[in-house]
Amino acid sequence: MVDIFQYGFMQRAIVASLLGGMSCGIIGVWIIMMRIPFVGVAMSHAAFAGAIFGLLFKINPLGMALVFCIGSSALIGPLTERADVDPTVSVGIIFSIVLGLAFLGMSLIEGPKTEALNLMWGSILTVSTNDLKLLFLTTAVLLLGLSIFFKEIQAVLFNREIARAIGIPEKTIFYSLLFFSGVVVTFNLNSIGGILIFSLIINPPSAAYQLTYKLKTMFILSAVFGVLSCFLGLLFSCLFDVPSGAVIIIVSSVLFGICLGFSPKRKVSLGKKQSQ
Amino acid sequence: MGTIIEIKNVTVSYRECVALKDVSLTVKKGTFLGVIGPNGAGKTTLLTAINGLGKIVSGTVNVLGLNLKENEHQLRKEIAYVPQSYNIDPRLPISVHDAVKIGRTGRVGLCRKLKTNDYRAIDRALDLVGVGNLKNRPIGHLSSGEQQKVAIARALLQEPKVMLLDEPTSNLDPGAQQEIIELIQTIYRNNKLTVIFVTHILRHLPDSCKELIFLRRGKIIYAGGFKESLKKELLSHLYHCSIEALAL
Repeated sequence: MVDIFQYGFMQRAIVASLLGGMSCGIIGVWIIMMRIPFVGVAMSHAAFAGAIFGLLFKINPLGMALVFCIGSSALIGPLTERADVDPTVSVGIIFSIVLGLAFLGMSLIEGPKTEALNLMWGSILTVSTNDLKLLFLTTAVLLLGLSIFFKEIQAVLFNREIARAIGIPEKTIFYSLLFFSGVVVTFNLNSIGGILIFSLIINPPSAAYQLTYKLKTMFILSAVFGVLSCFLGLLFSCLFDVPSGAVIIIVSSVLFGICLGFSPKRKVSLGKKQSQ
Repeated sequence: MGTIIEIKNVTVSYRECVALKDVSLTVKKGTFLGVIGPNGAGKTTLLTAINGLGKIVSGTVNVLGLNLKENEHQLRKEIAYVPQSYNIDPRLPISVHDAVKIGRTGRVGLCRKLKTNDYRAIDRALDLVGVGNLKNRPIGHLSSGEQQKVAIARALLQEPKVMLLDEPTSNLDPGAQQEIIELIQTIYRNNKLTVIFVTHILRHLPDSCKELIFLRRGKIIYAGGFKESLKKELLSHLYHCSIEALAL
């Protein structure tokens, strides 16, 4: 068992788990706090649709995934503000468009659809060095941005209207985080898969939300839970020869369940209900 | 006293609803102005027209001698806005200290860390409003009155020239209402601010309020002294029912 860690593919998988878990965990805090969890679903399906069309037209699937993801994130904000549509509705509209495009693209691919199906489920064990470089760059920029703009991000997450009223460039921050959500989803597509990645964006921060009243701690815990989900998913995948993406998601869901069970916040809300 | 806010023929609309219609208003520096009106009169819209959050369709707003549209980002740092109270999720991972600190964030600027002086100012603001002992508590665990004090502390940290208060005493019990009114009065006097206080309850206006405007259906129907406004015909017209002001 220990010998397996000497192989290049396993070492790359471990690094992908660390970077993917961290980046998804961090961006997930933003998505959960803004109460737009469906953005993760829309982005992951946009990336998936883009990759499908990349395969169809023989263009770099990852490049097309990025274009579709960033295009979707660029639409969500203006659709919400200029069309005066609720953010969850605008995300739903984007999701329905990209889902339709994804399955249209799948139907147009001639012959076996193995490569397309791999994009749906992901395979952390076949992550390339190039994938790792992109993941590393994304995670590094994300961490740097978070440390430099933490106080502004905290203000926007508290209340967008108040942040705007105080003179914080709230819209720029909101659109930037949507953009980074798209980038993180795209570069984790190969390892986690288009169908499953939104769970890695939602579950770790939701678990972290249960345990802390401090935003900084929430970011750290979410990253830790993301990494832990990926590591354990990889481990079980090796031990039991099961798809890694699916196991990662199951582990992250179990982690959420444990955190919910031990949540000090759950006791607070129960206490308030009883006193009412 | 120079003019600090000048609104000229401003119309604000939300989709097909016109919230403010061709409104003009001049506010002198150091004034405590009360804005009274029934629900839907455009009181909140008037405040958001001044701080740039509202969608101005036509007209101009000048604050501190600068055009709001061209200097929005800079002017927002000088205008403190205390919005109407709203529900905060009790599980929100933001402490009272962090919620107040946000007021300093805009002033400090991007890519800059808060310094020791800023943290001292935060502690002073928390103590001034009377929630210093709650600074480590989650913001969602505070009562409505305490949350309103936090909002006022946050506004103070901007070191503003203008303070806009949107129904700061709504949803509070009489004791908390009185505390907030006295706090606002103290802040106004000590900081020599220009304050615009929106409410639909006349008796919630502090003694410092000497000028009033009445808003009805997006238009100013009265602008003048506080005492002169307390006429039965005027109040009845404002609220579309028979009202008489008793001794205040």
